[in-house]
Amino acid sequence: MPDATGLELLARELGDAAIETVYFRNRATVVVDAARIRTALATLRGQGYAFLASLHGVDYYPEEPRLGVIYELLDMSRVDRITVKLRVPSDAPQVESVTADWPTADHQEREVYDMFGVVFEGHPDLRRILMPEDYEGHPQRRDFPLGGEPVIFTRDEAKWLEARE
Amino acid sequence: MEVKRERLGPAGAAPGSIRSRPPGAGGERSKSAQRVQSLNAHQLLRGGDLEGANQPAHLEGEELDRYVEERVLTTTLDKTVAWARSNSFFPLGFGLACCAMEQFQTAGPRMDIARFGFEAFRASPRQADLIILAGRVSIKMAPIIRRLYDQMLEPKWAISMGACCSSMGVFNNYALVPADKFMPIDVHVPGCPPRPEALMHGVLKLRKLVQDDPDMGWRERYDAVGTEEHPFDA
Repeated sequence: MPDATGLELLARELGDAAIETVYFRNRATVVVDAARIRTALATLRGQGYAFLASLHGVDYYPEEPRLGVIYELLDMSRVDRITVKLRVPSDAPQVESVTADWPTADHQEREVYDMFGVVFEGHPDLRRILMPEDYEGHPQRRDFPLGGEPVIFTRDEAKWLEARE
Repeated sequence: MEVKRERLGPAGAAPGSIRSRPPGAGGERSKSAQRVQSLNAHQLLRGGDLEGANQPAHLEGEELDRYVEERVLTTTLDKTVAWARSNSFFPLGFGLACCAMEQFQTAGPRMDIARFGFEAFRASPRQADLIILAGRVSIKMAPIIRRLYDQMLEPKWAISMGACCSSMGVFNNYALVPADKFMPIDVHVPGCPPRPEALMHGVLKLRKLVQDDPDMGWRERYDAVGTEEHPFDA
């Protein structure tokens, strides 16, 4: 990971797209403006971080902006990694898709869309990937219920039978 | 001892017919049935000159029918077919998740399911008559499984293996559906995952069920009352 100084230099490269930098336990994170994510990642690619390892979704409920997307970039030649974060509000959850530059984002952005509801504009095929196509709701959001079937323990069986009548 | 000869009226069946009356018909045991019950082995099996209680009994007509029905193994066509079916399940091993690992071992050398004749796991539902749902069934997978089940030919049975198929198990969340919600299941095998012995026990229970001898209540069988977890008046 770039050290604290290196991280600040990177942030300066990104310009005003970088809102904040966090250096914690030898891990560098830069929080960028959601509208300029694609150029920010391109800049980082120029700096050597050419491998998008994964992208994740986060729900910061009840803080606003509520939804977040996290990109993990790796520099394979220098054995280095950096995390790029962005935040979008839930009433306008549009983020530009980086699939054109980073092909691995194809399925992973679909997963973030499915689970959190972040809409990636410019994605070639944005549809649900884990849940059925006609499913309603975004399951990994914090206000989505856990779901499942109620469990009837034997010791509660009599109560259930009474409640049914 | 005098041999009774009963004359059959128009209501009775022709002599020599197996099904002179349905078994257990009405509340009255005919005299012939009672008599057949009371005969002992000597009277039935041996001929020749015997004295007293061991004198051979000559059965005719309705008595003969009852005797054949009750004391001799009568394999009707249904029973024969059920025996054949139950001893030659062709499982469509549908291993979805972790339970599939235990399902493989049921077919392995230690818990050999080939002992019973069920080793022919078919890949095509058209050739299988028993689907063993081994693993979690997600909402997306459910219509696919239903389609496979519909493609199987009658008669067909289904075993729900493990806790997840039967009752969601540890993965009781938005993504899964219990198998009972979209297809009929004959035997549920509990466990997470059930040991190969447990799956074997479930398959053998199904076999008994197919042989028209459903092995339902172990409590009745062993007369085990008073140890229920929550006794309630059903």
